[in-house]
Amino acid sequence: MTITETATPARPSPSSTPSSGARVLAFARDYAALVLLVVIFVTLSIISSSFLSFTNIMNILNQNTPLAIIAVAGTFVIISGAFDLSTAAMYAVASVAVAWMATHTDNAALALLIAPVLGVVMGILNGLAVTKLHVHSFLATLASSLVYKAVAVLVTGGSLITVTTEGFSDLGRGRVGGVFYAVIVLIGIVALGSLLLHSSVFGRHVFAVGGNSDAAHLSGVRVDSTRVTVFALSGLAVGIAAAIGVSRIASGQPQAGAGLELQAIAAVILGGTSIYGGVGAVWRSIVGVFLIALIGNGFDILSVNPQMKDLVTGVIILAAVALAAADRRRR
Amino acid sequence: MSADSAAPAQSSPRRAVLDLSGITKRFGGTLALDRVDLTVTPGSVHALVGENGAGKSTLGKIAAGIYTPDAGGISVSGRSVGRWDTVRAQRQGIVMIAQELSLVRDLTVAQNVFLGIEEHRAGILRRDQRRRFAALDEVAQFGLDPSARLGDLRIADQQKVEILRALARDAKVIVMDEPTSSLTAHETQRLHEVVRRLTAQGRSVVYVSHFLESVLEVSDTVTVMRDGRRIRTGSARDETKRSLVEAMLGRELAVTFPPRPPAPAADVQPLLVATDMASDNGVRSATLAVRPGEIVGLLGLVGSGRTEIARALVGVDRVTAGTVVLDGQGLGRTSPRRSRDAGLVMVPEDRHGQGLVLARSMSENMTLAFLGRFSRWGLVDRRRERRRVGELVEQLQVRPARPELPVQGFSGGNQQKALLAKWLVGEPRLVILDEPTRGVDVGAKFAIYELIVALARRGVGVLIISSEHEEVLGLAHRAHLVCAGRTFDEVDPAHLSPEDLLRRLFAAQDDAAGESADSAAGTHDPGLGVDVSTSHSEELTR
Repeated sequence: MTITETATPARPSPSSTPSSGARVLAFARDYAALVLLVVIFVTLSIISSSFLSFTNIMNILNQNTPLAIIAVAGTFVIISGAFDLSTAAMYAVASVAVAWMATHTDNAALALLIAPVLGVVMGILNGLAVTKLHVHSFLATLASSLVYKAVAVLVTGGSLITVTTEGFSDLGRGRVGGVFYAVIVLIGIVALGSLLLHSSVFGRHVFAVGGNSDAAHLSGVRVDSTRVTVFALSGLAVGIAAAIGVSRIASGQPQAGAGLELQAIAAVILGGTSIYGGVGAVWRSIVGVFLIALIGNGFDILSVNPQMKDLVTGVIILAAVALAAADRRRR
Repeated sequence: MSADSAAPAQSSPRRAVLDLSGITKRFGGTLALDRVDLTVTPGSVHALVGENGAGKSTLGKIAAGIYTPDAGGISVSGRSVGRWDTVRAQRQGIVMIAQELSLVRDLTVAQNVFLGIEEHRAGILRRDQRRRFAALDEVAQFGLDPSARLGDLRIADQQKVEILRALARDAKVIVMDEPTSSLTAHETQRLHEVVRRLTAQGRSVVYVSHFLESVLEVSDTVTVMRDGRRIRTGSARDETKRSLVEAMLGRELAVTFPPRPPAPAADVQPLLVATDMASDNGVRSATLAVRPGEIVGLLGLVGSGRTEIARALVGVDRVTAGTVVLDGQGLGRTSPRRSRDAGLVMVPEDRHGQGLVLARSMSENMTLAFLGRFSRWGLVDRRRERRRVGELVEQLQVRPARPELPVQGFSGGNQQKALLAKWLVGEPRLVILDEPTRGVDVGAKFAIYELIVALARRGVGVLIISSEHEEVLGLAHRAHLVCAGRTFDEVDPAHLSPEDLLRRLFAAQDDAAGESADSAAGTHDPGLGVDVSTSHSEELTR
């Protein structure tokens, strides 16, 4: 009897019909980030003449493509109940590897392809550390990020590798009909990621593993291989992001991507994916990425003290997460 | 507030140490308590009895401040209380000992007892906790070692720590929720002695239990509850087991069960045979067989290893000795996945912990275990999924019929139906049901019984485990008795009374406790003897 009686009354409770006020509140809570994104977008369009232009919007999209790609895969990681703190370090390794390959082989395509391959390998190693060594993902990826970072430094001796290979920058800088290739890649990844997460058997398993790994295991879900795959996806995304990033600046360096790991996690959480796993969506992370991006862009356009940017971003993230937590009623 | 409904028949609240009146409590859409009154007099044992879901635990938790009532009044020693939570309740001397003990396993006995009320000077702990503990133990006379690690104690001793904890807070009223559910007959006796000692000191005990014999033995006053309402309160001397059961059920004795399906003929090949199976999680020697269309029960007390046998059969725990044969084929290294693919599934007892992914929709939960059947090229075929889930919702009468909502919002009965559906989607050949009706109301219970019988009629083998022994006795064709990780006897459930059954189980448990005490003393090791006997080479095929 204790079970029935301690069951947390859930949102949307099937046994109660919410009032319209409660429904508005529930909507605001579920779509807080999206609503905020629209509000900021409209506000910036009104108060700044330079904001709502094709060039500016395209630039924002383009600039945030690497982060957005990482956040798409990060959504899988967080829904599965894990964290990947090594994305920045993997980004650095992939960056210097691409640059090194380009300068040594003078083959742009081959060089750029090495990044996703390396990313998958590093991601699988992360996944194995979590599943086989039973280390919490937070610690496992914190440790692996130190290792990866060191590898990146060792490869380059700490210095910058400049790439002059013919056609190397096409991926990062090229565009078709005014749209950057990178943005097209991002759109493809978002579409694929959404399909994978929300319509595939694998996606269901990711939700189940994050929501209740014991139940998933008893249901015959291969919990460990699901986890490893999720980390591999994270590595793959980082590799693609790094290829785009390096191609854009035509140089690789071990400091590349610093801070990306926390930005990606922040974007995923800000979008409304639960940090406790089991609940979330790919589109949410995209909203999270561009919400943070627009706040930044707004500061640039309005030329407000840029030091306020982090402060405002931090407060908004805190508010969004607090709104979600307020719903998690105490038992 | 509906305090006006306070029953005038109750003893005068002036004398009451604790008085609850008109208590109403809702959980979501369920009315757990409906204007319930409870008056506890000093130095008495007041029992709360009722079926699962009757609201007795909820009432106890409200008394102890764990839940806040939606309406109604609480007064302690005649003074009405304002805000009410655990801290305030404890300050007023009302302490609860929950069914799931809330102790810190890695702290010592004494640290647990004084947790939250440590004596300190400027934040630095004072060192004479031992003397303080000794003073406390003088009252209780448990003789526990204050420096023992809590996690190393047996459940019965952990419960004593909880009682000490209540005494350390100078509790006037101790609410005990199902205190005997994991105790042997002997330990229950000792607990009752403690209860009597407490009341002799003028303390009161609210004794929440569905073990009616214990209730009749230890309590002064009994309140019977049903469906969130107080049915009656009276002196325990005027009650019998029969009168209590009738009041609890609201009708003449005996839960009704659908008629058993015909038992399979004795020469029918069993689907599943386990022989001297041992596991890495406490199963020492289990031997059982289930034929197609047969309902077989596992009967044992809590902690007897019933669940562990089930876990080993489906490969959650590792089988370390003996054999498990499904359909004439030895299962190699098992895993839940392989068992599932071979048509052997287990519906786990812990619906929230192991059964359902609470945050996900009922529909997703129902198809999780057999998602491959609802997908093509790795993508889920939503339409096929929706159709099958719709059929199941219809068939099992899930209410509300909204499988797209998160499963955590549904009532216990409907969650349990979803859990059963999840495993029946795959049309297994053998189903292990561990506590299939836990936390489920009477109506849903009967629906589940019918489902079980219907499964057997279709030729599915069923292995059923339940703490409500009547269920097993009422449904199964055969049953194995389980104690200390062993199956030790087979019985005919149709000709065994619940009382006889309990007597045999408790006797076996006391024997086993005696044996392990002997072995601890170094006389002999009964575990070793069995291990050797199972090591016939032809049975050690894996």
